Amino acid sequence: MQVNKTRYDLLTENLQPEEMILNMGPQHPSTHGVLRLELITDGEIVKEVIPHMGYLHRCFEKHCESLSYLQIIPFVDRMDYLASMNNDHAYVMGVERMLGIDKDIPKRIEYIRVLVCELNRIASHLIAIGTYGIDIGAFTPFLWCFRDREHIMNMLEWASGSRMLYNYIWIGGLFYDLPVGFEERCSEFISYFKPKLTELNQLLTDNQIFISRTAGIGVLPADLAINYGCSGPMLRGSGIKWDLRRADEYSVYPELEFDIPVGKGEMGSKGDCWDRYKVRVDEIAESVRIIEQCLERLMNELKRSPDFDPRAKLPKKIIPKEQDFYIRAENPKGELGYYFITDGKTEIPKRVKARAPSFNNLSVLPEIGRGVLIADLIAILGSIDIVLGEVDR
Amino acid sequence: MMTFDEITAFLTDKFGADAIVATETSGLQPAILINPEMIVEVCEELRDNEKTWFDFLSCLSGIDHGVENNKFSVVYHLASIPYNSQLVLKVIKEHDRNCSELPVFHSVSGIWHTAEWHEREAYDLVGIRFEGHPDMRRILLPDDWEGYPLRKDYQAAEEYKGIKIN
Repeated sequence: MQVNKTRYDLLTENLQPEEMILNMGPQHPSTHGVLRLELITDGEIVKEVIPHMGYLHRCFEKHCESLSYLQIIPFVDRMDYLASMNNDHAYVMGVERMLGIDKDIPKRIEYIRVLVCELNRIASHLIAIGTYGIDIGAFTPFLWCFRDREHIMNMLEWASGSRMLYNYIWIGGLFYDLPVGFEERCSEFISYFKPKLTELNQLLTDNQIFISRTAGIGVLPADLAINYGCSGPMLRGSGIKWDLRRADEYSVYPELEFDIPVGKGEMGSKGDCWDRYKVRVDEIAESVRIIEQCLERLMNELKRSPDFDPRAKLPKKIIPKEQDFYIRAENPKGELGYYFITDGKTEIPKRVKARAPSFNNLSVLPEIGRGVLIADLIAILGSIDIVLGEVDR
Repeated sequence: MMTFDEITAFLTDKFGADAIVATETSGLQPAILINPEMIVEVCEELRDNEKTWFDFLSCLSGIDHGVENNKFSVVYHLASIPYNSQLVLKVIKEHDRNCSELPVFHSVSGIWHTAEWHEREAYDLVGIRFEGHPDMRRILLPDDWEGYPLRKDYQAAEEYKGIKIN
């Protein structure tokens, strides 16, 4: 089969004498996982970036063709392993909507789902900020972020049994109800965490060294971001106010009050690395607001009762009608989508395709990483905030 | 902003009656089946027309419909950020699963750059070739992998580079 030369062949074959191919190989502390970046450099300036991925490909879609809908939930966790509750939530919402039971879920369960999802959003953004700081060279925010994340991990371990890959949100309900005393401990965490957020801001956000490393670097224009399919903080950092929690109005988000932070170009241009970082910091503050409102409702109107069974609405047989359906939800990294194809006869789906936000966000790197210094490339890659589990699935 | 029926009427007006092969309205999300030869013009019109403005390609999936059907299709999920609407487009082709001649569809990577990596993934896992794609090579599997794993008739390899796989 005669194939034309791909763009990759053209780039790597016609090298000028001063250019060099450098490998930011799969084992590298700053690539946030196993990602291989092939750089064509002229001295220290990067002429081209060619990402190679697939080192963490675990055949999620092939597994889904032989598992039932409930058995897929642990596999779904493992895609974006830093924000598992959000992956679960999006998947479970898709199946519930296909079965037609999404309006029957009790309010308490919906609020608990939003509570754990927002806690996980804070945890994911803390890692993004901490590792971004350490990529740039600041060690202290990394340890502070991980210390605060430990509290969240401990709470979620108390609720679900494991620290990172929870398998907590099930189709039609939850695995277990929240333990007794969880709401009080969560309120204590919130009051402990708010001053820590101010400290973190003082350390990084207004730091002159951080600003000169990130402001004006990796500017992503809004139309390029939309064309490349970027979503989440990458798109909001470029100034577009697009959040699926407000656009699709799923779960109980319409009843909660929160703002959508957007990048404004305060320190450099709109859409640079500093804007994306600031959007994540502001989103943590908004998530704290959402958690406070959820806790207030869980402690008053939707109090726990002894006869509340979180698995009451679990369908005995999960056989959706024959259809194909695409659900999208707001992951901390962006728009997480699942495309289901069902055959209406068995409990096993024909195909579940996951549209991972980091996959699309990473595809913009060859475009904005052209012509920058190698150190700036690290800053740009950190600001994209990828998780290789999602990129490779 | 146009509803689903308005979009189908508009596309039939603009591109002729053979642009739309069928519409599927039975499921939760209605879909339009487009003639595979005209998909690029239809997508460009949907992206640039100010009444639809589908500027965001959420997802592009390559699908193998099973051994009895011998059909391959590509499903496009479009979204419009200005109007907050969504649309599903499908193109379907018959193919006899001959691995040396892959099914060929037109690439929309010139319209949405999102499609570049999604089409590479469809080529890698399902074995659908996209004509007009600048960089058609494998993305998730190693470059020397043989076979297309997400096909329904895929036999897992016995050996990889001389090492037996259990």
